[in-house]
Amino acid sequence: MNEVTVFIMGKGYRVPAGLTIMKAMEYAGYRLTRGCGCRGGYCGACATVYRLKGDYRLYADLACQTPVQDGMYIAQLPFTPAERPPYALQDLAPEGQTLLALFPELARCVACNTCTKACPQKLEVMDAVQAALRGDIRQVAELTFDCVSCGLCTMRCPAEISHHHVWQLARRLNGAYLTPRAKHVQERVQEIAARKFAVELDAFMSMDRDVLVAAYKAREIEA
Amino acid sequence: MGTYPKEMQESIERVEATRPARLAAKPGRLTLAEQETLLKGFHPDYRPEGKRKLRVGASWGDPVPHELADLLEAYPLLDPSAVDVTKPDQDVDVLVIGGGGAGTVAAIWAHLSGVPAERILIATKLRHGDSNSIMAQGGIQAADKPHDSPAIHYLDVLGGGHFTNDPTLVRALVEDAPEIIRWHEDLGVMYDKAPDGTMSTIHGGGTSRKRMHSAKDYTGLEILRVLRDEARSRGIPVLEFSPAVELLTDNQGQVVGAVLWNLETGEYTVVRAKATVLATGGWGRLHIQGFPTTNHYGATADGLVLAYRAGAKLRDLDAVQYHPTGAAYPDQLVGLLITEKVRGMDAQPLNRRGELFVHPLEPRDVESAAFIRECASPEKGGRGLGVTTPTGMVGVWLDTPMVDMIHGKGTFQRALSSIHRMYVRFDIDPTKEPILVYPTLHYQNGGVVIDEHGWTGIAGLYAAGEVEGGVHGKNRLMGNSLLDYNVFGRRAGIAAAGWAKNAAPGSPTLSHVERYVGELKSAGVPPTRKAPLLLPEYRGERALARMVDLL
Repeated sequence: MNEVTVFIMGKGYRVPAGLTIMKAMEYAGYRLTRGCGCRGGYCGACATVYRLKGDYRLYADLACQTPVQDGMYIAQLPFTPAERPPYALQDLAPEGQTLLALFPELARCVACNTCTKACPQKLEVMDAVQAALRGDIRQVAELTFDCVSCGLCTMRCPAEISHHHVWQLARRLNGAYLTPRAKHVQERVQEIAARKFAVELDAFMSMDRDVLVAAYKAREIEA
Repeated sequence: MGTYPKEMQESIERVEATRPARLAAKPGRLTLAEQETLLKGFHPDYRPEGKRKLRVGASWGDPVPHELADLLEAYPLLDPSAVDVTKPDQDVDVLVIGGGGAGTVAAIWAHLSGVPAERILIATKLRHGDSNSIMAQGGIQAADKPHDSPAIHYLDVLGGGHFTNDPTLVRALVEDAPEIIRWHEDLGVMYDKAPDGTMSTIHGGGTSRKRMHSAKDYTGLEILRVLRDEARSRGIPVLEFSPAVELLTDNQGQVVGAVLWNLETGEYTVVRAKATVLATGGWGRLHIQGFPTTNHYGATADGLVLAYRAGAKLRDLDAVQYHPTGAAYPDQLVGLLITEKVRGMDAQPLNRRGELFVHPLEPRDVESAAFIRECASPEKGGRGLGVTTPTGMVGVWLDTPMVDMIHGKGTFQRALSSIHRMYVRFDIDPTKEPILVYPTLHYQNGGVVIDEHGWTGIAGLYAAGEVEGGVHGKNRLMGNSLLDYNVFGRRAGIAAAGWAKNAAPGSPTLSHVERYVGELKSAGVPPTRKAPLLLPEYRGERALARMVDLL
């Protein structure tokens, strides 16, 4: 078996090459509680920082999506403390000042771009901070849509911004107030309230299985 | 590109050769009879050696996979005599067990129904939101377009479930669906829409109308994070890393809360509740029949174990959902979900010769069976036309470059950004090369029996989401699980709040567990097995072999 040496919290282990950081830690004998969630790159639980042999840089990535390399020094972040001010969406307006009023630390951004470099999703994080400063809620929402709230940018940010909470609010403001509602959804809700489909559904519910199967087979399939 | 090994590369050339003809043709669908033959021949559920009949409990005699039977026929992890449950550490009106989609929705609706936030508690095994809900990619169904209707949705759900579903639950599912979408719009979920607000909707496997609503291919993430933020705005308390290890019952047999266990300190906490909502999700991490899984780390069927000991009935747990398209290459991605939306956007499944062997959007169980037949060796009755990877995995191609060819350059990266990102990390560009897939354990079709209010039939106990059964019968269609957790999370939250107003819980006990242990003993179940599982075992064998517990 082709093996590599990784240093988990500074301690060396031989593990098979090609494993992800998460699977390498398990192989080495760690039973994960913190630092492991969906194991598929969606939940952001496994934020990890690492260094490589002979390289001064501190890298950041998701343990479940990153293969190990020989000589990797690995530390997982069990939790990212982040400040989320209290708010209720219905009390807020989708205006330029809303984000800055709730997250005034946005103004401390020094445009160092460290957040962008830390992002495992390769999002343009600093651009999103700048958009938030300009009050461009829609742009913040679009730039951060693929954010998994891993907190790596937050841990690296010299301005001490709690990015994912800002993004969350921006996306909700965008979805609720800056995007037109689907009229057909509202209409259907009213039709259901008026029991428009009740008779047909009652009929299906009391139908014999054979008749129901025939109805299913005969149903037209939208092209 | 060309990061595939040479043998796989040769097969890709055949895929490319057949592509022009396939782009021009329309794939045919299977008849119900053909579907049945495929299922019987190749779906893992039809292997009798994969299951056994339960020897204890309310669903005695029902066949379930061995992996689940081993947990249901198991002794309590928590020794009832080692804990004092008579003095609750915390008293709430509504205890929600599970912090995924169903639990979060139930908590929000309990709050909306008048239960003060501080009288609600969400207890969850990992972090708030760590769940299968957050991983869902493709979408959520709702019949809200003019040419669609809840009645047509009803037929699709029933047909997909092979007419084994509970009709009352299906009706609740389809009739509540548009209201759920409207609620999500109110909360700020960023659904894919046309500029005028019309929802962009596509087909899913087994749908007769394009009613799959999506938020790129992060639909589950987008909905869950909005719901979680809403729960935070409402100040609903959440206890993380605190799985329930046993329910509590009083001398009337009512469920009156749960014992939680701090995963990090080992401390137990007794929570008394007037109503308890079970929202613990499914069983993917049991790796039934050795399949890899798309599921999150905590999907270990804990809720089924707890509810069964308290007397709840289970149903349809003989039916396991294998998602047709789990990643099969590279090794690091094996088992991870490739959303059905990829096929919804016209990527076709192909064998080694580049031939389309099944319609891309048959119901999931049928589609999976077709993939398994294509890959199985002729000695096993299969066609032996799968593609083998260097580590011995077998799979079929999913012709992903078709998405951009049909829908325009840039579509894949925009609409399927998570899949794109996942492969690009491993130097595979799915807009230029096909990807290799094979069925992966995806969903618990059945679960705890409920009525249309999420009530389990046991006073004080409600269930919502993947842990419950009946909604999907023996096979769930894509986009109905996100809908299920919203519809039944909401209904269970409202019903639990209603029950809590007049409930009179007695003193908490673990007498139901002691009774269950008695049943296990009389059935001759060996005392070695313990449940709930809480976490799967993934530690390396070499490390485990030398592990001793000294501290």
